[in-house]
Amino acid sequence: MSKPHRKAKGPQVLTANRLVDGDVVYWRDETTWVANLSEARVFENEDELSKAEADAQAQVKADKIIDPYAFGVDLSSGTVAPASMRELIRAKGPSIRLDLGKQAEAA
Amino acid sequence: MYRYDEFDQSLVDARVAEFRGQVARRLTGDITEDEFKPLRLMNGLYLQLHAYMLRVAIPYGTFNSRQMHMLAEISRKYDKGYGHFTTRQNIQYNWLKLDDVPDLLADLASVEMHAIQTSGNCIRNTTSDQYAGAAADEIEDPRPTCEIIRQWSTFHPEFSFLPRKFKIAVTGAPKDRAAVQIHDIGIQIVENNKGEVGYSIFVGGGLGRTPMIGKHIRAFLPRQDLLAYLEAIVRVYNMLGRRDNIYKARIKILVHETSAAEFTRLVEEEFEKIDKTNLLALPDEEIARISKYFAPPDFEELAPSPAALLDAIDQDRDFALWVKANVTPHKVQGYSIVNVSLKPIGGVPGDITADQMDGVAELAREYSFDEIRATHEQNLVLPHVRETDLYAIWQRLVELELATANIGLVSDMIACPGLDYCNLANARSIPVAQLISERFAELERQHNIGDLKIKISGCINACGHHHVGHIGILGVDRKGEEYYQITLGGSADENTRLGDITGPSFPYDKVVDAVETVVNTYVDIRTPGESFLQTYARVGLAPFKETLYAAA
Repeated sequence: MSKPHRKAKGPQVLTANRLVDGDVVYWRDETTWVANLSEARVFENEDELSKAEADAQAQVKADKIIDPYAFGVDLSSGTVAPASMRELIRAKGPSIRLDLGKQAEAA
Repeated sequence: MYRYDEFDQSLVDARVAEFRGQVARRLTGDITEDEFKPLRLMNGLYLQLHAYMLRVAIPYGTFNSRQMHMLAEISRKYDKGYGHFTTRQNIQYNWLKLDDVPDLLADLASVEMHAIQTSGNCIRNTTSDQYAGAAADEIEDPRPTCEIIRQWSTFHPEFSFLPRKFKIAVTGAPKDRAAVQIHDIGIQIVENNKGEVGYSIFVGGGLGRTPMIGKHIRAFLPRQDLLAYLEAIVRVYNMLGRRDNIYKARIKILVHETSAAEFTRLVEEEFEKIDKTNLLALPDEEIARISKYFAPPDFEELAPSPAALLDAIDQDRDFALWVKANVTPHKVQGYSIVNVSLKPIGGVPGDITADQMDGVAELAREYSFDEIRATHEQNLVLPHVRETDLYAIWQRLVELELATANIGLVSDMIACPGLDYCNLANARSIPVAQLISERFAELERQHNIGDLKIKISGCINACGHHHVGHIGILGVDRKGEEYYQITLGGSADENTRLGDITGPSFPYDKVVDAVETVVNTYVDIRTPGESFLQTYARVGLAPFKETLYAAA
């Protein structure tokens, strides 16, 4: 479940880690990365995603974030759910320590 | 214990100052991530799934109460109140912020610790037998040898950019508790027929994608030649090791591809060329000087098996089980080696809270000549404990929730951090370990099963040593689902062996059943007194395969 080498099909979210603290962040708009997946922009259009990726690269250059990439999400339950276990764990925190990570902050 | 001299301290302090500057320039954008990444890795700092992770070196697994208290303090101050002991006798912090790391490193340096060379393509922290200086079967304490290697390899200018990482392990006893044959260089201290102590050398062991057992290239190396010979090995590797393909860059591939015989010839040829009278000379006086740091503590003359201990064993069943599993004979009469299990039932293998760290530190200071060891099996050791103190220590460990009586048993598993933390993982390791330990929670059952080492890795890089587990578990990603491949019959001791794959892998919710099937099969077919490995050697894979895949 290492990072996907190419984009998955279907709805996607752009993610990265924040330089200063390594925290998982998600692209919302040209100026904003958010910590919460539910506030992330979901791309269903390949062109818009490509444009956001280019924008993310600019933010890598500006030293705000590290290593941006897109991953697939599932919207069928009405919320933004990561398609992979890896992204689920990044979005919530360790599955074995519910008192740690974003899941703890949300509680 | 070794104490830093002025050179050690100034090297470490200078490195902290240098890294502080690098972090500052990274945060202001004066250096890019591509430029910074190799610098942070040289200082043990990774970016993992949730945050930065720092790997702190515990040279050859030996440390004291002051250092343990500092590790606790650091986990409270900069992290989330716990740490994780690894299979390389290091400790990792999982939740760091980049801008805190320079201060953290300065705190570490204040107790003679650092994270230098715990990552990157250099010679890593040398690991050793956790019972060094205490084991009854030891030819010689391996720690002076480890310390000599540490001094030689620290900032070694020729070996700062090797083709790939490089790991050395040293054992001083014929019973190998340091897994030397799965290291890039494995060193076993031996005695020749003249009664001289020297080194037996293995090269090219390693796990990962292409597991290999080290090849024995020297039966007896005189001790004064240690550094010259190590230099020859690493130089040959540095020149010929592949840099074009990360998966073929470890020395094990070079040794395999050139053949052990040809590799040995190249090393011996290089060794002949090296000037052994100068920088790499290792005169007896220098060995003696380093050895002094590891002089045995002032052991008292004590009677063995004191009555109070025997009474406590008689009267307290839990204590008796703990003594049976966690206490090991010491070389000095009246003393014992205490293993502190970091594998509570349902817990995270290797994790320890700040309060537990402080508790172990206090026990070490009070009862074990201020010494603590970290083991490659992710436990801790109090190496020099009076038998008369065992009951008191056990009671304190019970209060600390560190008294699980399971050393060497089925619930004493190695597990890598896996997908819960690690950027490289394909599957989770920790919850699998937790489920297995809960399945076998009943201690009497574990004791009945006997010696059994389960080792779990969440990806092919094999940080959880699955290849050499009696039962090995490897997490794989099958179309986005976590699956687990099982291997049987592996071992990392003096009879190192790679496990055999049983067959198709098992999904997450079936892997614990599969492990239990293997264990039950063993219990059913073993002869009286036969260990899992002995049974496996006798019957092979077939009976296990049959029960594992019977339903399929």
